Amino acid sequence: MISPAHAAGYVSDPRMRPIEWLPWVIAVICYFAAPSYLPLGSFILIMILFALSLDLILGYAGIITLGHAAYFGFGAYVSGILAARVTADPLIGLVVAAFAAGLLGWLTGMVILRTRALTLLMLTLAITSICFEVANKATKWTGGADGLGGFAIKPILGLFKFDLFNKTAYIYCLVFLFLGWWLVRRLIYSPFGASLTGVRENVVRMYAVGAPVYQRLVIVYTISAALAGIAGALLTHSTQFVGLKVLSFEFSGDLLVMLILGGVGRIYGAFVGPVVYLVAQDSLAKQFPEYWYFGIGLMLVLVVMFARGGILGILDVLLSRFRRGKR
Amino acid sequence: MSPVLETRELCKSFGALMVADKINFTLSAGARHALIGPNGAGKTTFVNMLMGGLAPSSGSILLGGVDVTDHSQRQRVKRGLGRTFQINTLFHNLTVVDNVSLAIAERHGVGWDMFRAANRYRSVLSESMEVLELLGLADDAMLNLSAMPYGKQRLVEIAIALGMRPKVLLLDEPAAGIPSIESHQILDVLDSLPSEIAILIIEHDMDLVFRFARRITVLVQGAVLMEGGPDEVSSDERVRHVYLGERHG
Repeated sequence: MISPAHAAGYVSDPRMRPIEWLPWVIAVICYFAAPSYLPLGSFILIMILFALSLDLILGYAGIITLGHAAYFGFGAYVSGILAARVTADPLIGLVVAAFAAGLLGWLTGMVILRTRALTLLMLTLAITSICFEVANKATKWTGGADGLGGFAIKPILGLFKFDLFNKTAYIYCLVFLFLGWWLVRRLIYSPFGASLTGVRENVVRMYAVGAPVYQRLVIVYTISAALAGIAGALLTHSTQFVGLKVLSFEFSGDLLVMLILGGVGRIYGAFVGPVVYLVAQDSLAKQFPEYWYFGIGLMLVLVVMFARGGILGILDVLLSRFRRGKR
Repeated sequence: MSPVLETRELCKSFGALMVADKINFTLSAGARHALIGPNGAGKTTFVNMLMGGLAPSSGSILLGGVDVTDHSQRQRVKRGLGRTFQINTLFHNLTVVDNVSLAIAERHGVGWDMFRAANRYRSVLSESMEVLELLGLADDAMLNLSAMPYGKQRLVEIAIALGMRPKVLLLDEPAAGIPSIESHQILDVLDSLPSEIAILIIEHDMDLVFRFARRITVLVQGAVLMEGGPDEVSSDERVRHVYLGERHG
C-alpha cells in the first residue's frame, strides 16, 4: 500500500519539501524559454487551477462530480459580462467572478450535497446542463452560441497591458495559480482538511464522532466553486472571449480525465495531469489532426488499467522500488 | 442515582413489523450492562435509535435527564454518547493515530480550523497517543490502518470511541469477527475502560457477556423479556428456552 504523498492529518509535516518548488521553477523557465507557447502555457496554468479546485472536493472530500464546469463557466461569463457592460478592470472581474461562482456553489451545494454517489453525480450533471442551456438561450447577455466577445480588458492595476503574445496573461495566471495552490495546500494540512479526508474515508464514522459533515462539505464545495470561478475569469481575461464550451459537460469530463491522469488526491496530480493532457493534445493534434483523441483515450485506458494513482502514482511506485533497491 | 441513559416506551415499527416494542430501559452511571437476544431481536435497531440514526415511531430517549429524541446524532455525541460499530467503520487509508485524532479534534471543536496546520494541535495528538497507549496500540500509531490485522482494528474502533470521551458508550459486538481465542484481548481492554463510563454492550459471545456485564437485558422480538444480574438471567427458564437453549442445546 502506497501512503498518499499528501495524506492530511495530525502527524503530517506541512513544511514545503524542496521538490514542491519544482513546478514553479519550470513555469518560470517556460516563460523565458518558450515565448511562442505562452498562449498554450496560460491555458495550462488556468486548467491546473481548475483541476486543483476539483482535487480539493474530489480527491480530498470525496465529492464525485461531472459538473464542475458550471462554476468555471459561471465565473467566465460573469467576468465577461462585467467587462462588456460595467468595468473591464481584471482584478475587479476576478473578485466578482469568485464571489459569484462561490455563491452558485454554495446554493447548489446545499441542495446536491444531501445526496451521495450516483445521485450526486447526476445532479452535478444536471446543474451544468441547466447553466449551459441558460447561457445558450440568454443571447442578449451571453452571445449564445456565438460566444461573448468585443470587450477589451484594461491593464492590470493600470500598469500591465494584456498583449498579443500572452506574456502578461501568463504571469497573471501564474500569480493566481500560485495563490490558489497556496490556499488549497493550506486547507489540506489544516484540521478542516483532515476532517474532509475523514469524510472521504468513512462518512458514517465522521457522523458518529459528531462531525458536522454536511456543513463541512457545503463549505469546501463553495471554496472549490470560487476557485473554479477564478480560473474561468482568468480564461476570459487572457483570451478576451467567452465561448459556450466552458459550460459544457465535455469540459467537465476533460477536467476529470486530466485529474485522473495526473493522480487524484495528491495536489500535484492537478499539475501533472493538465500539462500531460494538453501538451499531448497540442502535439497529437498537429501530427494527427483527425485522431488525436485516440492518443488521449489510450493514455487514459493505460492509466486506469495499470496505474490507479495516475502518473504521480507510477512515480511513487518507481521511487519506492528504487529506494528498496538501494538498500 | 439518576440514570445517564433512559428510554421510555420506545417503539419502532416497519409497517406491521414491530422491531421495538415499548422498550423501557435505564443505564446508570458506570454501568456494565449487556443487551442480548437472538438474531433479529432488534438489538441493532435499538442502538441505532439511541444514536439518532433511526427515528423511533413513538416513545422517548433521555440522555442525562434531557429528552434527546429529536436531537441529531451530532447533538447526542456532544451530550456524551459514543459508539463502536459491529463492522469496522474506520478510516482505512489514514494512520492509526489519525483515526483517533479525527474524533478528538471534533470534541475539541477544532475541525473547522482551515489555516493552522493540523500537526500544530499538539493536544489532539498527545491525547490520541494516550488513548492508544491505554489500549496497547502505541507501537502501531504510525501504521496505516489497512496494514493492521482485523483484531487490532477492532481495538481502534474502541480507541475512537474513547477519544470522544463519552459518558455513555455503546459497544456493538466488539468481538465480532474475532476468533474466540483472541476475544479475551477484547475483554482485557473492556475491563480496563474507565469505570465512570456507562457501558452498554451488545454481544453474541456469551462467555464475554457473563464475565463483563453486571446487568443483562434480554430482548426478544423487539420487547424486553427480562432484566437482571448474570445469575438471574442464566438461570431463567424462558431465557434458556429462547436464547441459550438454542445455542447450547
